[in-house]
Amino acid sequence: MELRKEYAGELSRLMKQNDKIFILDADLAGAGGTKPLYAEFPDRCLNVGVAEANMACVAVGLASCGFVPFIHSFAPFSTRRIFDQIAVSVSYSEQNVRIVGFDPGVHTTYNGGTHMTFEDMACMRALCNVAVLDITDGVQLRKALPYIVQHNGPMYMRFVRKQTDTLFGEDYVFRFGKAEHLRSGEDVTIVASGTMLFDAVKAAERLAVNGISVDLLGIHTVKPLDEEAILASARKTRCVLTVENHSIHGGLYSAVTEVLSAKVPTLCDAVAVRDRLTQVGKLDDLKRDYGLTADDICRRALALVASK
Amino acid sequence: MDTVLFSKEIRRNTLRCLHSQGSGHVGGSLSIVDLLAVLYSRHMHVDPTNPKMDDRDKLVLSKGHAGPALYATLALKGFFPLEWLDTLNKLGTRLPSHVNINLTPGVDMTAGSLGQGFSCACGLAIADRVRGINRYVYVITGEGELQEGQNWEAAMLAADKHLDHMIVFVDSNKMQIDGYTRDVMDVEDLVAKFKAFGFDTQRINGHDHKAIDDAICRAKAVSGKPHCIIMDTIKGKGVSFYETMGAGVHSTTVTDEQYAAALEELK
Repeated sequence: MELRKEYAGELSRLMKQNDKIFILDADLAGAGGTKPLYAEFPDRCLNVGVAEANMACVAVGLASCGFVPFIHSFAPFSTRRIFDQIAVSVSYSEQNVRIVGFDPGVHTTYNGGTHMTFEDMACMRALCNVAVLDITDGVQLRKALPYIVQHNGPMYMRFVRKQTDTLFGEDYVFRFGKAEHLRSGEDVTIVASGTMLFDAVKAAERLAVNGISVDLLGIHTVKPLDEEAILASARKTRCVLTVENHSIHGGLYSAVTEVLSAKVPTLCDAVAVRDRLTQVGKLDDLKRDYGLTADDICRRALALVASK
Repeated sequence: MDTVLFSKEIRRNTLRCLHSQGSGHVGGSLSIVDLLAVLYSRHMHVDPTNPKMDDRDKLVLSKGHAGPALYATLALKGFFPLEWLDTLNKLGTRLPSHVNINLTPGVDMTAGSLGQGFSCACGLAIADRVRGINRYVYVITGEGELQEGQNWEAAMLAADKHLDHMIVFVDSNKMQIDGYTRDVMDVEDLVAKFKAFGFDTQRINGHDHKAIDDAICRAKAVSGKPHCIIMDTIKGKGVSFYETMGAGVHSTTVTDEQYAAALEELK
């Protein structure tokens, strides 16, 4: 099932139980998947038209009255385009707004260029008290939503609307702020967030064939980061590779190295976008061009291990 | 209390607040005082002992830099002690120069980064509607602030959703930081603009208490549309040397001498 359908389905279930959840869109209710909720909950869904700044601040008004508003747009438009609205009216005002960014990074594919962002997590992570989630699959999102609704504080989450691949099974349990220890190894730590976890799993399997054992951490909560899990793994392997569908500036690599440099100085490298402009293209071509494939993960992991 | 006496008390205490740090947003604070006096005497359904009461009218001071005038009003209404007015902008204060929803009892929305309050007020009005609360949301914006495009996104939404329990006051004091508004970036014809956006629109003398009161009553009698009351005001109103200072009155000094002279005029 497409992730946006899982998202709307779980929201529908939660909205029946919780009359404080409020849905806001800026002309992407159909694209983002929330449109069926408008018929089901007409009083608690609002499409403001193509006006993201207005959407964010309307959500603040609602949040200040006890609602839990979810605002939606493509990842650049729900973050960097309305950064000041989020900084002042959401973060500084400590309002419980949920900010959703669709199709982050390379997943924008043919709408890339203008609609592609590699800095959404950097923007949101820099704001005081805003939690940041990089979602891997629909199961994770569905299992996370009950927590997301009751979380105290603003939160940004990014996911891919039309994704159907899943990594996690129905027994998956979401634990906010906790890394998922998906594989134990001794040679290299790989810390991967969001959809890059698919590639990291593949890379870890290939590396195992080559005799390299990977300690693999899946990260959905980029902020607050599970420092303990990262420090423990770094102490064991003494080299860490981060993997993210985001700029090397301000995202997962920054978050991980901020922790390691202060507490367990460790050799690190990143599979990330290295100060490149956005562009259009097929997903596979974009991932190759930006160096975000399982091959890139293997290459950089091997180089890290060799330089220990 | 008579609203004229109340407005004088608000002006005196606004200047007390600004004098405590020696300078601040004098002009735009003084220009909204008459509106605050009428609103908080005759219209705002609020309880100083329960500032977060669900069933209350709300005020969004979108021109958040006029905080000192609102603080003076709220203190005089008993939301917090008058002594707090002497703490403006001191580290750890409950009264920052631009209003903050979490710091000050009676402040219903953060504002200061201009153009956001109108949208937040739409959210408040929609929240009241969904919750079945039949109260009013008041917004005070400046005519210079209307240069921020987000206001017009909010205006479109307010009209489209028939937010008739929202009254937007435009404090048209004709000046902004860089000079006269008509010279920097003219925003007129505001009546035509708000009417075109679907608002029930009036234009009044923003220092005439009866005119303010009547305009609010007229607005409340019109259903199905949001309301806009454009108030022609004087920046620095009530103190002669601030009224004639020009655009510099936006942010200026309140020295011991100026404070004493102002209090003399406001006896």
